[in-house]
Amino acid sequence: MGDAIIAFLDTWSPIDLVLIAQNFDRFLLGAWVTLQLTFLSLVVGGCIAVPLAIIRAGNNPLLNAPVWAFTYTFRGTPLLVQTYLFYYGLGQFEWIRESFAWGPVLSQAWWCALIAFSLNTAAYTTELLRGAIESTNRGEVEAAKACGFSKRMRLKRIVLPSAFRRALPAYSNEVIFMLHGSVVASTITIQDLLGVGRWLNGRYYLAYEGFITAAVLYLVIVLVISRGFRMWEKNWLQHLYPHDAVKTNPKKGLANFRI
Amino acid sequence: MKFNKILTTLGLAVLVLGASSVQAAELRIGVEGAYPPFSWKESDGTLKGFDIDIAEALCAQMKRKCTMVEQDWDGMIPALLAKKYDAIVASMSITEERKKRVDFTDKYYNTPAKFVAKKGTSLNISKAGLKGKRIGLQRGTTHQCFMEKHYPDAELVLYATQEEVFQDLAIGRIDAQFSDSIAADDGFLKTDAGKDFAFIGGDQHDMECHGEGAGIAVRKSDNKLREEFNAAIKAIRANGVYQKINAKYFEFDVFGG
Repeated sequence: MGDAIIAFLDTWSPIDLVLIAQNFDRFLLGAWVTLQLTFLSLVVGGCIAVPLAIIRAGNNPLLNAPVWAFTYTFRGTPLLVQTYLFYYGLGQFEWIRESFAWGPVLSQAWWCALIAFSLNTAAYTTELLRGAIESTNRGEVEAAKACGFSKRMRLKRIVLPSAFRRALPAYSNEVIFMLHGSVVASTITIQDLLGVGRWLNGRYYLAYEGFITAAVLYLVIVLVISRGFRMWEKNWLQHLYPHDAVKTNPKKGLANFRI
Repeated sequence: MKFNKILTTLGLAVLVLGASSVQAAELRIGVEGAYPPFSWKESDGTLKGFDIDIAEALCAQMKRKCTMVEQDWDGMIPALLAKKYDAIVASMSITEERKKRVDFTDKYYNTPAKFVAKKGTSLNISKAGLKGKRIGLQRGTTHQCFMEKHYPDAELVLYATQEEVFQDLAIGRIDAQFSDSIAADDGFLKTDAGKDFAFIGGDQHDMECHGEGAGIAVRKSDNKLREEFNAAIKAIRANGVYQKINAKYFEFDVFGG
């Protein structure tokens, strides 16, 4: 039976499905590496972005200028170039190769990718959050002031929670961009999802099989991410929809709101 | 009036189509440009190297006008099949796996493969000696096939170009590299970056992986072109052009036995 299926696929399928099935465990391993790199860099980048966004939204020129320079540099240059600079660029300097950071971190492609990706997403997330913080409803801030909240307390209790929520839809895009951007890892020897596709192409000279499998798996990951964010948004942005309408029919409710 | 317009358009279309079919007589050759001394790119963008010279000599022999089309190694065969060029002259070894996709001419050179590591290394190239060691090589080469077959326990680090392999070997990211011995000798060991490195072990060869040598790949439907190339290879071997190009790059005969 199994042989019959294989024989059927061998003769009739336009792409070599058997080969894909034989190497599917490699693709899953590659997907795991991709997910690891994407989500760890989002976590690290996010932790960097929050304080930087507060600085950017504030009006201290001494702190603002270097942060602006950071976000401008990382948003203004391609991720591929940044990754090359960390991987091939830093290795060029002897003092870096002799420093303590070389052996465990900078000599490893995985760490170079993680650092470059984290800084890149940190820059984008900083600007995204800054926009959300700056567009906080003045009334909310004034109400907090009237209640006697200190500046710190206002930030912690009112401004940031509200900004995070409003930044959510834009941030879901950043997450998907980061996932797509993580293919850059495959150019510095990492066997991520695209890396496995390239391996298959290099081993069997079949471009379509390797890349279509990678593409489908990326698609599945994106589907899960965007679904997850939609559910999250429904919860977190509940207060921005007209209330009664949402309970019965959220879509209709939103339409009414616009009219 | 309208009819005239249609006629003019049709006329133009015929002209354009006619022109493109005349252009098709020109031969496009896929080359790599990142594999010294067989092919590399000068800082002004011109392509140089043994492969390039051989390709030009063959074109001259066949009395065909040729243009060189650069292509990354990864996409060499897919781009040939997609008709971005008509033949590959890029040190491509004739192997069974590749013969499933393309046809090859007779070989135009054959050089052995070897390991390279730091001078005085304790590394030995037995199966156990390379277990868990990081071995760099270019993805999609015969060397990848060889390493996966004979050293399944080694950690293979795959690069897009041979130049990147040398770069990471020089700064110690990989324990050794495996490649064509001439490419390693001229592209790395004889350069400043490679002065602390040397070959380890002797020539490595596996007929299934390495094949009989480097040939010119053409699409399976292009048997006429393949035969044309074969005749040209024989001709430049006989009239001394091959030997002249050989002498420009190597001190020995790369055609092999």
